[in-house]
Amino acid sequence: MRVLHHPVLGDLTGQKTVTIYYGEEPVEAFEGEPVAAALLNAGIRVFRKTAKRREPRSVFCAIGRCTDCMMIVDGIPNTRTCVTAVRDGMRVQLQDGLAPVGIAPEAGGR
Amino acid sequence: MPEGVVYTGIPSREELAACPGIPTEARMARGRVAVIECVQEIPCNPCESACRFGAIEIGEQLTALPRLDGEKCTGCGLCVALCPGLAITIVDKSFSATESTVDFPFEYLPLPGEGDTVDACSRAGETVCPARVVAVKKSPAYAGTAVVSIRVPTAFADEVRTMRRLPRREEDI
Amino acid sequence: MRKITAEIAVVGAGPAGLCAALEARLAGADVVLIDENRLPGGQLFKQIHKFFGSKEHRAGVRGFAIGQELLAQVSDSGARVLLDSLVYGIQPDKSMGLLTAGENCLLLAEKIIIASGAKENYTPFPGSTLPGVMGAGAAQTMINVNRVLPGARVVMVGSGNVGLIVSYQLLQAGAEVVAVVEGAPRIGGYGVHAGKLRRAGVPFYLGHTISRAYGDDGVRHVEIARLDERWNPVPGSEFTLDADTICLAVGLNPMTELVWMAGCQFDYIPALGGHVPLHDRNMETTVRGLYVAGDVTGVEEASSAMEEGKLAGVAAAEALGYLDARAAKEKKAEIEARLNRLRSGLFGEKRREAKETQLAAMQRARESEKEVV
Repeated sequence: MRVLHHPVLGDLTGQKTVTIYYGEEPVEAFEGEPVAAALLNAGIRVFRKTAKRREPRSVFCAIGRCTDCMMIVDGIPNTRTCVTAVRDGMRVQLQDGLAPVGIAPEAGGR
Repeated sequence: MPEGVVYTGIPSREELAACPGIPTEARMARGRVAVIECVQEIPCNPCESACRFGAIEIGEQLTALPRLDGEKCTGCGLCVALCPGLAITIVDKSFSATESTVDFPFEYLPLPGEGDTVDACSRAGETVCPARVVAVKKSPAYAGTAVVSIRVPTAFADEVRTMRRLPRREEDI
Repeated sequence: MRKITAEIAVVGAGPAGLCAALEARLAGADVVLIDENRLPGGQLFKQIHKFFGSKEHRAGVRGFAIGQELLAQVSDSGARVLLDSLVYGIQPDKSMGLLTAGENCLLLAEKIIIASGAKENYTPFPGSTLPGVMGAGAAQTMINVNRVLPGARVVMVGSGNVGLIVSYQLLQAGAEVVAVVEGAPRIGGYGVHAGKLRRAGVPFYLGHTISRAYGDDGVRHVEIARLDERWNPVPGSEFTLDADTICLAVGLNPMTELVWMAGCQFDYIPALGGHVPLHDRNMETTVRGLYVAGDVTGVEEASSAMEEGKLAGVAAAEALGYLDARAAKEKKAEIEARLNRLRSGLFGEKRREAKETQLAAMQRARESEKEVV
């Protein structure tokens, strides 16, 4: 959910939007914001599942340290979504267990 | 639960009685005056420089409690918006024969409108009585803090310190 | 490999790094300021409350506004700023590995100031890995920087200033805070911050802990239990609240990886967040020419981080000959006086004592170094 109005920060206006895809599902995002913020705003909370027990994980630190929010972004696994900015048309996938090895990066990610 | 600000977040009666920022009963009866409920020694002094009348003194020791000079205080209210702890209100027990006003900082949306009836609340967030909004002030000098003034029966003027937050409308989220 | 050189390299563009770069640049040094994030400011821009302290510490001004002013000053100063750039390693000869613009570079500087900040602590309980459990600072970033509510009903764990301030800011953003849970029998942070929450009707559970979080794909319910005097949950005291988010405000720890790698000596000081690098009154570590500033030297808050940054910037510029001894001494004395004013009173005294312990350990380290020589 967006905080469009704020008593201290004021109103959010004139934000440019882009569309990213969570699987096949289009998700509207603000230009330049982290992938994780766009997903949380859309109500998507499960970012990856652990390798052994398939437990769900999501954002914990939001500063790129804890790696709990890693997903497959434009084909690149282990991408920290809290510090990766959205790009129009970006493809974001749940990372289910360990990411497959040897995927060739299609576009520059992190 | 034991009393006192470290156990409840609310200054106890004793802490308020010993607090140098609280004006006398006589001063409150005479008209608008700042009530500074700052009872912990924290390094903070914006209230001192906020006051143009020299009514608030902290001094060299940054952690000293603010001391109010009720004679110098005009009740202008600039300190209300500038206290980072939101610990200052303006109380006026001379408002009418039966009513007082309480001005408090308010940093939530939506803001009330003048003339609205709101729930006046205590330091513990409990509803004390209904209250009429006298004024809602938002000045650039307040840096994002609004100051709301409400009128309440004088019997409740020492108890009321804020109003209940209003339900957020769709367009405020 | 491309080489990037500077007289002074500052790693981390939060409040400490920005101030360090600014002071050093204003003194005349050639400065490069590096941050791994796309935007500078560190955690300053999520701080939307009015700062404490006095006028000289920018008290009464909201954190993000202080950040905007600092950024403008740094950009006017002519310091080079490299964003989206990661210092990933440092050699014993103090040369650094830097990834910038997709290129692996060698970063060489005569003086290095590390201002890498701190990260939030975690506390385990059944369900603590569920989506919806996050650092209080993470929630603060979401609401104030990204303008996204991570949830509608929040349980805050921890009543230090971070827990209290973020709870208040969650209310301001439109969330409900259904409980502040604190293991200790008293509120950890400033009474005035707690007072804001009490007036808003937020319940405090002191001497309580989260015993469990429930939910399949995310937090749905939170079980809270009372603690006895030995901090063990009292059987039968549990109760459950509906909540979709749990924020952990259980302290921070310094991000010291680079400082360890450089070979600096450390001390373990719990009051400062754990292992902290030893430094002297110039903020210089046991590795000559390597300075530290801000939370990486021990967790405090943004105002002291800014002062420590200035101290490191002045000291590094002095060491390079940009400030004469008298001018530097004067500047450092002013900064130290401001730091001492922040580290005073009911809450600051403990930090002041901890910093003295750290300085004393540094003194001993320097003395034993002399003996070896």
